[in-house]
Formats: sequence, structure tokens, C-alpha cells
Amino acid sequence: MASSDHDDQSLPQPHDHAHHDHPEPLVVEDDEGNLEGQQLSAALQSLLIKKGLLSAGEVTLEIQNIESPGLHLGAKIVARAWADPAYKARLLANGKDAAAELKIKVGEAQLVVVENTPALHNVVVCTLCSCYPRSILGQPPSWYISKAYRARTVREPARVLEEFGLQLPASTAICVHDSNADMRFLVLPQRPAGSEGMTQDQLSLLVTRDSMIGVAQALPPGLQVSVLPLTGPP
Amino acid sequence: MKSVENSVARFAPGDRVRVLELAKAGHIRTPFYVRHRTGDVVQLCGHFLNPEDLSVGRTSGPVVALYRVKFRMRDLWPEYGRNPDDALSIEIYDHWLAAADAVSPPPVITH
Repeated sequence: MASSDHDDQSLPQPHDHAHHDHPEPLVVEDDEGNLEGQQLSAALQSLLIKKGLLSAGEVTLEIQNIESPGLHLGAKIVARAWADPAYKARLLANGKDAAAELKIKVGEAQLVVVENTPALHNVVVCTLCSCYPRSILGQPPSWYISKAYRARTVREPARVLEEFGLQLPASTAICVHDSNADMRFLVLPQRPAGSEGMTQDQLSLLVTRDSMIGVAQALPPGLQVSVLPLTGPP
Repeated sequence: MKSVENSVARFAPGDRVRVLELAKAGHIRTPFYVRHRTGDVVQLCGHFLNPEDLSVGRTSGPVVALYRVKFRMRDLWPEYGRNPDDALSIEIYDHWLAAADAVSPPPVITH
């Protein structure tokens, strides 16, 4: 909330008043540096384990399941679509089924794939929180969750893209996808010029995370994504 | 997603719709910037449990139709000056929509 809510309490106050009169502290930490939310989840977890409803191993396994997908899965889908027009048509018709063809499981309800062309550029944002196709791109970057990206992308997308280093011709229409509910969105970037004759494995290294969110183009041949994925199983 | 469809999809791709102001509190997935705005249905996504119910533990339905609705940027932001074809697509649940040509909005439906 606005800081003005607390202006009348911003000066040091004697501690002789009732506890509920304290201004809300900015950060709550325990002695080990755990934030308030961590303390709550740790307390809940220990309670559930004590009641026999959950085991610590199950929690660890679920964390692994959440954190193991990486953007190499999305890149594999894009590379196949570039190389295979029939596959691309199936992907645009039903993203989840087309991913399953490559043995890639989309955990979300549906995957909507939107294709970038010289005439149309797509970019994805979640204004309300951080909806993101995590099962094929991993966890979203911190800027994707930032309030600035969320608020500005739906309002002035061209300026936001310019700040990412992406200058679009004025003739290229922009379509912003606010991923606010049950769908998840994957941008199919334009295939880079000069990539003819490359194998699907080579093509997949041109597919960056940012190009699949729509804040960048895929890399030109010669540059490539680091062979060590940013996120993924060790 | 539930396979049982216990609500009818009132709209189809191509329909012109207006987003209602339901003035609901809680876990609402319809951001303010599209309320009262008019756009076009581009896809019926299926039927889903209503997040307004799910957020308070009501997990048994009913399911509601979900659409992707596309708006022209200049219809969302009066000062928008870029390409007139620039657009924004967003997911809207059925009860937040009315036919754009409806004389008055339908009564508020609470799910």
C-alpha cells in the first residue's frame, strides 16, 4: 500500500501502546533470516508432516518436479515447428497435443502458440501475477514478475520492447497476450535468416527464452544459446 | 478442466462482446483495464472451474466457459498512438461478458 498510509506512524514511537498499533514492518525475518512467508510455509509443512499427511521426501520431489523443466523444452518445440510445416500447423492448432508428440508434457490446461511474422509480433505478459508456461520454459525471469513489466506491457508494448533492445518497424502490428487465466502462451519466433540447412538441434540453440516470451527475436546463426541451460536438471 | 459442461458457452468466435463491471471482491481474474471495453471473441478455450470459487475452497464447480477476447489497443487506451492494428488478447470467463449490442447489461450472475 502507499507509504502515506503509515505517514502518521513514521516517527519513532514509545513502546507503551497496544501491539496492534505498530506500523507494519517492511520485512519480517526470524533469527535465521527466513521471511514471513517462509516461516509460515515451514510451520505448515512441519504440521502436515507431524499429522502424517505429507512426508519431507514428497515435498522435495515436488520441488524437483517444479524446477526441473527448462527452456530447452520450448526451444525443441520451436525448432521442430521451423523445420516441419505440418508440425507447425498442428502446433498452432493445439499446442499441448503437438508438444506431446515430442514427448513433452505440458502441465498447464492448454498451450496457445502464437506465431510471429514480419506483419505481426506477439508478446506475453501476466498483468495479475506471473502465469507462465513453466512446464516448457521453467520458472519465469524476475522481470516478468515485476510490476513495471506487467503494467507497462499492456499499455505501451513498443516502448517496453525497445528497452529490451527490440525495435519493430511501425508497420509490424503488436499483439499483447495477457495470460491471466487458464491458458498458457508460447511465442513461435520468426526463423532467423541464414538458418537454412541447419538441423533441429542446431536450430534449437537459436531459440532464447526471451524470444519465446516475445521480448526478443531468435538469435541469428553464429550466435547461440549457451549449451548449459540456464535452468534445468543438474 | 472438467469434462462436464454445466454452463453453456453463450458466445462464439467472431462475436462482439463487452466486458462487464461485476464489482466483485476476492480473487478476480478480470483486470480493471478491460472492464466496460468492447472486443471480439477469438476462441472458446473450454470450460473451467471458476477461480473466484476455487480461491475460497469451492472446488466442485460449476465450470464456466472461458474465452480469449481481443481488443484494439486504441479501444483500451485513448492516447494509444501506434499501429491501429495493435491489439491485446486476454482470457475472460463467460459471466463477465455481455453481447456488445445488448441494450442494457444482463443482471449480475454470481457463480
